[in-house]
Amino acid sequence: MNELALEVGGLAKRFRLHTQGGVEIEVFRDLDLAVRAGECVALHGPSGCGKSTLLRALYANYAVDAGSIRVRHAKGWADMARAEPRAILDVRRRTMGYVSQFLRVIPRVPALEIVAEPLRQRGIAAEEAHSRAGAMLARLNVPERLWGLAPATFSGGEQQRVNIARGFIAEMPILLLDEPTAALDAANRAVVADLILERKRAGTAIVGIFHDAEIRAQVCDRLFEIAPFKVAA
Amino acid sequence: MSAVDQPLLRVESLTRYFGARAACRDVSFDLWPGEVMGVVGESGSGKTTLLNCLSARLRPDAGRVLYQTRHEGVVDIYDLREAERRLLMRTDWGLVHQNPRDGLRMGVSAGANIGERLMAVGARHYGEIRDAASAWLGRVEIDLSRIDDRPRAFSGGMQQRLQIARNLVTAPRIVFMDEPTGGLDVSVQARLLDLLRELVRELHLSVVIVTHDLAVVRLLAHRLLVMRQGEVVEAGLTDQVLDDPQHPYTQLLVSSVLQA
Ligand SMILES: Nc1ncnc2c1ncn2[C@@H]1O[C@H](COP(=O)(O)OP(=O)(O)O)[C@@H](O)[C@H]1O
Ligand SMILES: Nc1ncnc2c1ncn2[C@@H]1O[C@H](COP(=O)(O)OP(=O)(O)O)[C@@H](O)[C@H]1O
Ligand SMILES: [Mg+2]
Ligand SMILES: [Mg+2]
Repeated sequence: MNELALEVGGLAKRFRLHTQGGVEIEVFRDLDLAVRAGECVALHGPSGCGKSTLLRALYANYAVDAGSIRVRHAKGWADMARAEPRAILDVRRRTMGYVSQFLRVIPRVPALEIVAEPLRQRGIAAEEAHSRAGAMLARLNVPERLWGLAPATFSGGEQQRVNIARGFIAEMPILLLDEPTAALDAANRAVVADLILERKRAGTAIVGIFHDAEIRAQVCDRLFEIAPFKVAA
Repeated sequence: MSAVDQPLLRVESLTRYFGARAACRDVSFDLWPGEVMGVVGESGSGKTTLLNCLSARLRPDAGRVLYQTRHEGVVDIYDLREAERRLLMRTDWGLVHQNPRDGLRMGVSAGANIGERLMAVGARHYGEIRDAASAWLGRVEIDLSRIDDRPRAFSGGMQQRLQIARNLVTAPRIVFMDEPTGGLDVSVQARLLDLLRELVRELHLSVVIVTHDLAVVRLLAHRLLVMRQGEVVEAGLTDQVLDDPQHPYTQLLVSSVLQA
């Protein structure tokens, strides 16, 4: 069996909405999950059960209340639940990619630049980064006339493909995918499935949310059920 | 330990009173090379007071600001003699004011505004100074034909870009910015932010940027301090603080803007 890439232990998350009368939403508690290199795990459960919350917590975009998120990183391990900001950013730069459900567009930054950025951040020269970004956009059927434009005006499907290109280009050892094919047609879904299978063969550990049962069957090794949380009486 | 393994700035329990009131109380953090830290909070929360204490312009009543110098190890900036502190301010630190009038000399040309900073750190060769000034005007997207014009004749956005050039020409290691996009139109702000983003990455600058605009820190800052009534109520990775704020005040701040 391949080595562990990600190991989550005792994870707990609740939201406290102070501006709304202090309402508490308990999302999960005592959550354990281990993912090996080359493995693809699909988070499963009804809408609102906490799939996106878990992915965001793994990326340290959301804080957690307890537990650890150990990530194999730079010849050692980093704990995304506790690491300093600069250590988290280093994990994101070199180890962990995240394709969010919706692209967060940066005003005025063109699609090609957005896709190339993860490479640029690793010190790859502009020219090479741009040519690889172009190749990835072409593979995802984003027409070349759009590459120089900021994606704010793109269709949902085009934005999502820019987002996917950005997520896959850096060939990270761990990849988090939040419904990457939701807005795509069959041809582009097939491209994404190929990209995922390629990354798996290269040893990337993947945690994803996949609405589309066909894609899920094609790329996932197992389901991870987020148990509906029962509020203690 | 090499300098890379050390914070550039180590701030310990910084406190400053005005009368009986603490404008900034017990603030601590480390700033690392290449790191951009945003300081957010409503007006009067102590952001400018903190920035002034950090940038050697306002002596704190308690606490220390430790700076990792290029060659002489760590110094407490308020233990330095005045002349030493002045030298560091010229060579190692930049300061971008909200109002360009406070950071520029309005009566001398754009080229001289940049050249002056170089001369203050010992440059003497006229041709080289002018070349550096021209190069920096280009980098901040000011047309070379304006090199002999006074900043008075410039738009607000151009003045702010000139102020940035004046600061960066001496290759400082830390730049302090107080509401750098404050008085500008939205479209002018966006252009300035693009420019700052690029320069920060290219020059591997450490930056402390004070702003009340959450969109600005979302774009520029790696991490955030949230201040309220002189105290830091929340600190952390920028996107985590903005997307999953923990403190009631931060939640209020984030929920009060349409989208950041
Ligand atoms: N930033 C947030 N602040 C407050 N509550 C949130 C936040 N993000 C998600 N939630 C809540 O957490 C729960 C799980 O949501 P989510 O993870 O989006 O579910 P799923 O992805 O499984 O549909 C929901 O009740 C949702 O309202
Ligand atoms: N020079 C000063 N003399 C007296 N009070 C001051 C002075 N500067 C700031 N203050 C007070 O300190 C508090 C913090 O101010 P400031 O640091 O300017 O906040 P911010 O930059 O967040 O708007 C405010 O109550 C302000 O009135
Ligand atoms: Mg979801
Ligand atoms: Mg202020």
